[in-house]
Formats: sequence, C-alpha cells, structure tokens
Amino acid sequence: MPFSIDQALGVFPQALQLEAQRAQLLASNIANADTPGYKARDIDFKAALAAQGGQGGALPLMRTNPEHMEPSAAGGPAPVLYQVPLQPSLDGNTVNLQYNQAAFGENALRYQATLTILSGRLSGLSKAIMGT
Amino acid sequence: MSLYSIFNIAGSGLAAQSVRLNTVASNLANADDVASSEQAAYRARQPVFATALFHAQGGGSAVGVRVTDIQESQAPVRREYSPGNPLADKQGYVYTTNVNTVEQMANMISASRSYQNNVNVLSTTQQLLLSTVQQLGK
Repeated sequence: MPFSIDQALGVFPQALQLEAQRAQLLASNIANADTPGYKARDIDFKAALAAQGGQGGALPLMRTNPEHMEPSAAGGPAPVLYQVPLQPSLDGNTVNLQYNQAAFGENALRYQATLTILSGRLSGLSKAIMGT
Repeated sequence: MSLYSIFNIAGSGLAAQSVRLNTVASNLANADDVASSEQAAYRARQPVFATALFHAQGGGSAVGVRVTDIQESQAPVRREYSPGNPLADKQGYVYTTNVNTVEQMANMISASRSYQNNVNVLSTTQQLLLSTVQQLGK
C-alpha cells in the first residue's frame, strides 16, 4: 500500500504556513498603524487554504504529458488582498487597529491549535514507526 | 519560516515609535525656550513615517515602517514683550517656541500605545516560535 506522509499530515502543514503568512501581514498592519498612505492588507484564509489543499475552490494543475513535473499541492504564498476600510483617515491610512489586534490574537490561537494537531499527528506516526 | 520576519516588522515599528517619542521629549523639554530672533527660535519637530519593504522570505509581503525625515513645524513662533530678559532684542521682544504642549502630550500617548502594540506582537510571535520549536523538535 503506497503511503504518503504528506497525506497523513493532512491540510495542517499548509494551514500552518498560511497562518504564519497572515501573522506577518497583520504585524505589518500594526507596525504601519501611523504611516500616512498605508493600505491595510490581509489574505482570504479560507479561499487560500482551499486553493493550496486542492479541496474545492481552485482546480489543481493537470499533467498533460508524463514528463511534466508533479504539481505540488503546496503552492506559493497566498494572494494578498486589501482590507475594506471601515473609517479611513485623512492621511490615506486604512489600518483599523482594533480589528487587526483582534485578528492577530485569533490568528496566533489558530496557529497554536494547528501546531498542536500537527505535532500530535507526527508523534502518532513516530509511534507507528518505532512501535513503542 | 515567515514568522521570523515579524521580528523585523515589529522591530521597525518599535524603532519608528521610539524616534517619535524622542521628538516629543525634545519638543516638551524645549517648550519654554526663548531666543533673541525669530530664526533662532526652537520649532516643534515631527518625524515622517513611510513603509519599508523587507526583501525577506514570504514574497515581499512583509512591510515594516521607517522614519524618512524629521520636519520642523511651520506654525508661527510666539513673540513676547519682555524688556527685562537678557535675550530681548532692541524693541524688547523675545521669541518663544511654537511647541503646542497639549498636542505633544496627545502625540506622546498615541506613540506609546503604538509602541505597546508592537511589543505585544513581538511577544506573541516569540511564544508561537518557541512552541513551534518545542513541539516539532521533539
């Protein structure tokens, strides 16, 4: 039976990567809360995960020639979008600090949850391999 | 791991906000300066922020902040009649600063809040990275 460790880990490695990317964007928003003309950015987490995991959403790449390389499930970084400003300020800055702080905290929690599940799966695999 | 670049982003935020706090401190310290001419009078300083792109991992989506310039306020300086002052000019006037203390205090509170936000981001990221290393490095 062919067994892929990637399959055993599920969608969680990609989710962890996306959460790290989102944390980076939200940290950029918070650091630039006072920068004139800065536009707050974010990613559409659900759509990005669906595109990277190949579940629903975007279609995976197809191989039309056997010499093509295997398209990897984990694509590059997710497309970066702009947050819809609730109350843009006169200097052109669209960072909503409260929203970004809340989103950063939530994202950190999600990251930790994903990490816990991932390490649980890894230790399960390790148990299966070592037999102890 | 793109979490690492958050240290750069939040660090640049900390640096920029501390420059802002520094200018507030010098504005407040010089709020009562007097000078004998309009040109020599102290003018309130204010840093100019701009986004700074870090070409690190993560496809250039990490943007920090940097201070591009420190500008002096163009508001007129106050002229006071005080013939007894040793710095007074021939007409008996001294020139004080254009520092608005209330404005500077508000600016200081805003800068310190922004500084705290960046510190929170830093410590959360540090915890996340630490637990990543601990859990996946077992």
